Parts: sequence; C-alpha cells; structure tokens
Amino acid sequence: MSVISAELASHRFAAGLAAGQLDRLAAIATSIEVPAGTRLFEEGGHAASVWLIRTGRIALDLHVPGRDRLIVETLGPGDELGLSWLRPAARWQFGAIAQVTASAFELSSAKLTGLCDSDHELGYQLTRRLLGTAIDRLQAARIRILDLYASPSAAVGGL
Amino acid sequence: MSRAVMTDCRLPVRYRVSSRVEETHDTVTITLEPADDPIAAFRPGQFMMLYSFGVGEIPISVSGPPGQPSLTHTIRSVGAVSASLCAAQPGQVVGVRGPFGTSWDDADSPGGDLLLVAGGIGLAPLRPALLSALAQPGRYRRIILLAGARSPAELVFAAEYGRWRDSGAEVGITVDRADASWPGQVGVVTQLIGQAHLDPLLTAALICGPEVMMRITARSLTAAGLPAASIWISLERNMQCGTAECGHCQLGPLLLCRDGPVVNFKIAEPLLAVKEL
Repeated sequence: MSVISAELASHRFAAGLAAGQLDRLAAIATSIEVPAGTRLFEEGGHAASVWLIRTGRIALDLHVPGRDRLIVETLGPGDELGLSWLRPAARWQFGAIAQVTASAFELSSAKLTGLCDSDHELGYQLTRRLLGTAIDRLQAARIRILDLYASPSAAVGGL
Repeated sequence: MSRAVMTDCRLPVRYRVSSRVEETHDTVTITLEPADDPIAAFRPGQFMMLYSFGVGEIPISVSGPPGQPSLTHTIRSVGAVSASLCAAQPGQVVGVRGPFGTSWDDADSPGGDLLLVAGGIGLAPLRPALLSALAQPGRYRRIILLAGARSPAELVFAAEYGRWRDSGAEVGITVDRADASWPGQVGVVTQLIGQAHLDPLLTAALICGPEVMMRITARSLTAAGLPAASIWISLERNMQCGTAECGHCQLGPLLLCRDGPVVNFKIAEPLLAVKEL
C-alpha cells in the first residue's frame, strides 16, 4: 500500500474500501494544500474535479446581486467537495473558497469516471458513497428550508 | 427548613431586575435579585413562571449559573408577556414562581463526556448545565457544546464562546445562513456531530431547541451509536400552573411542568411520534 493509499484510507469517503481498490483510487489522487482565501472554483465554471477534504474548511458560496456573496454551506474534514461533475452539464452550481487553510485529495472527475467504468465493483462502492453524500446534503438543505429557529413557538429559552 | 423552601409556589415572589442585556434583535437576558425572601434554589434545566404584573405569566428556563440568589433568564420576545419582560428595565419588579420541573442532573455522567446540543435560544436552558460543568474541572472527560442558529446575528451568548473554550469546552458553532464576512461554519447543527468524534458509550447528550431540531439531533446521535437512554431533551407544552394540577402541559402520560421539561429520549421518542399529542 502506497503512502497516499494509507492516508486515503483514513478519509471517511474511502473507509471500507479493499486495499486494491484504495490503491487504484490513490493512483488518481493528488494531495494538495489550499491556503486560506484561495478560490477553488467559481459558479458556472467547468466541473472537473472532486476533493476529499482532510483538514481545514471550504465555503460554498454564491454571488447575489446587491448582497455580496452568501455562504451556502461549509465543508470540513471528511467531507467531499464537488458533485456537479456528476450531472451532464458539468458546471459548478456554486463557488468554493478556502475559509481557513485546507488540505485535500484532489481527483480528476474524468479519471474517476474512467476508473468506475473499468472497475464496476469499485464504481459501485464509490457511487454508493457519492449518493450518500448527496442524500445527506439534500436532507440538511431541507431542514434549513424549514427555518426552525425562526419559529416563535419553539421549545426554547422561553421554554 | 428555610423560609425560601416554605414559599408557596402558587404565589409569585417579587424580584427586581438588576441588569438587562440585549442578546439579539428579539432576545434579552435579564438578571433578577430577590426583593423579598428568595425562592428555592433551582437546578439546571428547571424553569420559573415569570409574571409581568398586569400583563401575564409565562414559563421561562433559567439561563444563569446555579447556586446564586440571583436568577438569570434569557427571553425571546414572541408575545405580549415575553415582550413585556424583554422590555423590563433595571429597577422594575416582576413576579417569580418556581423552580419547576425536572433538571439536566439526571444526565450527569462523571468521568464520561458531556455533549450539549443547542438550537437557537435553546442554548439558554443549557447554559446553567454548561456553566456548572465548567466549574467542576475533571468531572467530565470532555465537555462539548454544539450550537446552531439562524444567522450570526442571532447567536446568543456569543461573547462567551471564547471564555467557554478557554475553560476547557469544545465549542462548535454553525448558522443556517451567512454572508462572506462570517468566518465560521454554515449548515445544520447535526452536521457538527460527525466532527465531534464522540465516544457513543461514554457520552451523555443534552439537547434543547425547537422540537423538530431535537428529534433530528437525537436521531443523528442514535445513528452515531448513542443509546436513547443517554439522550435528554427539553420539551415544552402549555405550562401554566407549574404544579401538575391544571393539565394544560400534558404530553401523553406526562405532565411536562412536573415530569419535564427535561425528559429522557427513550421516554420521549414514542410520544413525539404521536401527532395527536
């Protein structure tokens, strides 16, 4: 097992993969550092990578005319950044900037897709993980839509 | 027996507002000093019935540290009585009945990890438990506070987070919405749970916030391996008498002014699933 395979094994996304699968994934992964303030991508750009965040924090944001940028969500250690390449348009729906210095494994979406096409068992495992991430994000977004803290009848300081 | 304990908890005791701090645009923390003999000492998680004379009475949890004659309450202005209490200025007299209900004390797990998860102003009823835990270094292996709010401007006790961290607490804060000037996390509070690296069999979890938030958080914790019996939530219904006589706060077999607000999730979970309750 290579050094990067061993490091990748500790990431939540790769947890449970067999050693051979980890090695194949590690072969297309690059370990990167993202200094605070570095923009990884802008809304509308071509989506061609996925990052497995190891440390730090990345903010997904969106420019809203008259309101500066709004942060949609922040992602941290153990999270995956970049799912838009899974859709045919392959355009980023949001921008991404390092809120604090981050480190991550960067994987080319083309290489990742090729890996999945050539190894369906690995593709199945990775697809399950990406689908799980998408479900988690969808559920979190639904909860936020409820705007729970705005409810004056909440079971809270005023019981 | 002290005179305070002998106080008839159906009669309000006069307290005078000694300080008033605006936490957010609609939330105020007031500190009350007894104008007469004080009421009995409260335990973290319990509530008082606060009476704004001429307006009305509402249940409000204590948000200040236990073991002091003064009472601290953090109140959100959502109706006539709460608006009146929020507007109370130093020197003004209000009525206090209590303390009522169960406390977070049942969740005490010396040597283990204490996890507090707050949503919005739900941090207020948890604050006495947090302050009490921080005042007992070494009692817990870890003290973890995870708090969510609607926006950075709606975080309560924000000036204290640094002090809590310095005292040994691990503090995770997230908001539902923010602009680029916010340097912290954005997302639902349950997303902080994975980052906390909990030891599920050594953790006692106290949750307070909107009921839906508490259900979702408790489910996330059980999914992370915490037994339901290790989770406590703070429930609200229409508390009025505080003495389990009027029945307005009934939740199935529970009268929450007596059997709550703090209820073990193993008991609460099946009740929360009944829409009619």
